[in-house]
Amino acid sequence: MANENVWTRKHLIGIEELSREEVEMVLDTAPQFLAVQDRESGIKKVPLLQGRLIANLFMEPSTRTRISFELAAKRLSADTLTFSASSSSTKKGETLHDTLANIEAMKTDLVVIRSPFAGAPALLTESHTSNIINAGDGYHEHPTQALLDTFTMRQHIRKLREDDTATLDGVRVALIGDISHSRVARSNIWALKKLGASIILCAPETLIPMNIQKMGVEVTSNLKEAMTDADVVYALRIQMERQASSLFPSLREYIRLFRVDNESLKHAPDNALIMHPGPINRDIELASDVADCNRSLVLEQVSNGVAIRMAVMHLLANSAQPTDQE
Amino acid sequence: MSTVIKYGHVIEPSTGISEKLDILLDGKIITQIGKDLEGDEVIDATGCIVCPGLVDIHVHFREPGFESKETIESGSRCAAAGGFTSVVPMANTMPTIDNAGMVEFVNRRARETACIKIFPSACATKGMLGEEITEMAELKEVGIVAVTDDGKDIPSSWVMRRVMEYAKMVDLPYMAHCEDHSLLVNGGAMNEGYNSTRLGIPGIPKAAEEIMIERNARLAELTCAHLHVQHITTAGGVDILRRYKAKGVRITGEASPHHITLTDDAIETYNTNAKMNPPLREQSDIDAIKAGIADGTIDIIATDHAPHTPAEKDVEFELAPFGILGLETSLGLVLTQLVDEKVITLERAIEMMTVNCAKIVNIDAGVLREGGPADICIFNPDETWVVDANKSQSNSRNTPFDGMTLRGAIQHTICDGETVFST
Repeated sequence: MANENVWTRKHLIGIEELSREEVEMVLDTAPQFLAVQDRESGIKKVPLLQGRLIANLFMEPSTRTRISFELAAKRLSADTLTFSASSSSTKKGETLHDTLANIEAMKTDLVVIRSPFAGAPALLTESHTSNIINAGDGYHEHPTQALLDTFTMRQHIRKLREDDTATLDGVRVALIGDISHSRVARSNIWALKKLGASIILCAPETLIPMNIQKMGVEVTSNLKEAMTDADVVYALRIQMERQASSLFPSLREYIRLFRVDNESLKHAPDNALIMHPGPINRDIELASDVADCNRSLVLEQVSNGVAIRMAVMHLLANSAQPTDQE
Repeated sequence: MSTVIKYGHVIEPSTGISEKLDILLDGKIITQIGKDLEGDEVIDATGCIVCPGLVDIHVHFREPGFESKETIESGSRCAAAGGFTSVVPMANTMPTIDNAGMVEFVNRRARETACIKIFPSACATKGMLGEEITEMAELKEVGIVAVTDDGKDIPSSWVMRRVMEYAKMVDLPYMAHCEDHSLLVNGGAMNEGYNSTRLGIPGIPKAAEEIMIERNARLAELTCAHLHVQHITTAGGVDILRRYKAKGVRITGEASPHHITLTDDAIETYNTNAKMNPPLREQSDIDAIKAGIADGTIDIIATDHAPHTPAEKDVEFELAPFGILGLETSLGLVLTQLVDEKVITLERAIEMMTVNCAKIVNIDAGVLREGGPADICIFNPDETWVVDANKSQSNSRNTPFDGMTLRGAIQHTICDGETVFST
């Protein structure tokens, strides 16, 4: 557990196990790295991880998250290598342990892992020496996404309220879309709960996982209800292939019931913020004009993502390592 | 040369005996059960329970095909260490046991390598594909005691009906792994509930099991065949069994020690040694299974002993194979979970691990009688011990009970008059 202002974790696996203080520590560390990106000198780099080797181990296709982590590592002056493997090739051959052991044999300091299987990053923390960052594991967690999302929300709540110390306490967030298959939703629920926000999930019943209410959220299939009083409207990406497994009848009907557009947003407050983790299916879960409007934070999420990932890498790699790591 | 087991407390469920008695063995046979018997050799059973060698009608010995997980030899040593003298291995080997030649192979390996009695089962459908029924009459002639496609269910109700009718004709039970696979297109890997939601693991709803228990029970009613429902894990499943038993349908049911001990909380750290099929459920299910054991709805305990190597288990949860070891921890878990918690008496627990099992597959086992086989389990009910996976007799190590303290330590396992395990 974190002492005040001291980071003690070796790995970042999920938000669930973090304390509020730990979440806030990451959010409070990010602005200095955001400033690095905006330096007038144009030198967008600090030497905090110079000489360290960071490996990106991506076991499922990813572009955005991978390049965001790569860039974060480079801006911290670390050396990087990226290992992309499809899960099917590892199914046939090498185990995840062996894959990481081979990468670690090249003396990595920190490993970022993305896996289609829940629990893969946790599995690696048991018997390897590198710091591990979970860049998304199955439907389990995507902690850096939730950190960058809550950071972005907090920034804008502070701006709107003209209060540099405003928190997310009492802020209402509507998470709309495929909750069942979303690690982004799960990590955001944990992060928002810890930061005092209230959450309403909105999805077809087929895409709401069993007993998710126990995480401390409200659940509805009525978009109007979800929008009402929402300070933040967060649309999740809908995977087209879900239609084939009878999870929703057609995109047409999904759009009718669940699209975030100017029509449905009439039920939300006028200044509600619009977010999406990307990549957007334009005009399916999020209308184009809404995605591009001035309340949309979609591109800021991307910029903030690099700063948050720099903050996480810095905290993990440059903090004294405790022996009683969970 | 005769051997006498003296000073022990004999529990013999088929006759209801539960008292201090001696047992005299000569060769492979029990010659006398009584007081103050004498023999050439003495086994001192002071403070111990002396009962029939335990029977497990649901184990996986993996031979042929998966010998690195387990063999008939290593599996039988596991069984002996757990107090078992008769077991029924399942037929989902590679190749599957679906013809007389394969059964004869198992019989030969059992003769040559096993220290206890192996009663083979065979697939109900060729290749375990759920399409064409096997030659059950010939299979029975070479020694099988049950037909089963354990590991999966037979999806087609048409085929299932014919399997049951044919099995009834040759007087074999059908042992059913009840699982509606069409409900699991998401690749379910653990119980569906709050824990699966939180951990992000595709869920196996209880309904997947209950739908097939209900269907199979209806078909048992239709065909008058003997349906044995394996590893019941849900409260709903217990209810279905109770309902059909009340109607007089020929149906029996089993519970596994792990399903009455652990909930899906055991998966918290993506522990693949807590991954089995059907999966660990919830406390309300454990309570219902215990109630079903207490009122006789559930007839037997069976382990579903399912070895997998450490390398196979040390992977991502969803990729790990289903199954855990069971033979060495079965008696300890039953004593700890059922007897200590006053769900059933010790006598009833032994009945559920011996004669009741033997009756389902119609084998000469699970009883102590003069003239009967000298298959005996002697254990100290008061001695506690700590499970150590590394000391298992199995070729595998996949137990979630490593480090757990259990009550009831096997002292001697005697099969056909020979000591096959002793501490």
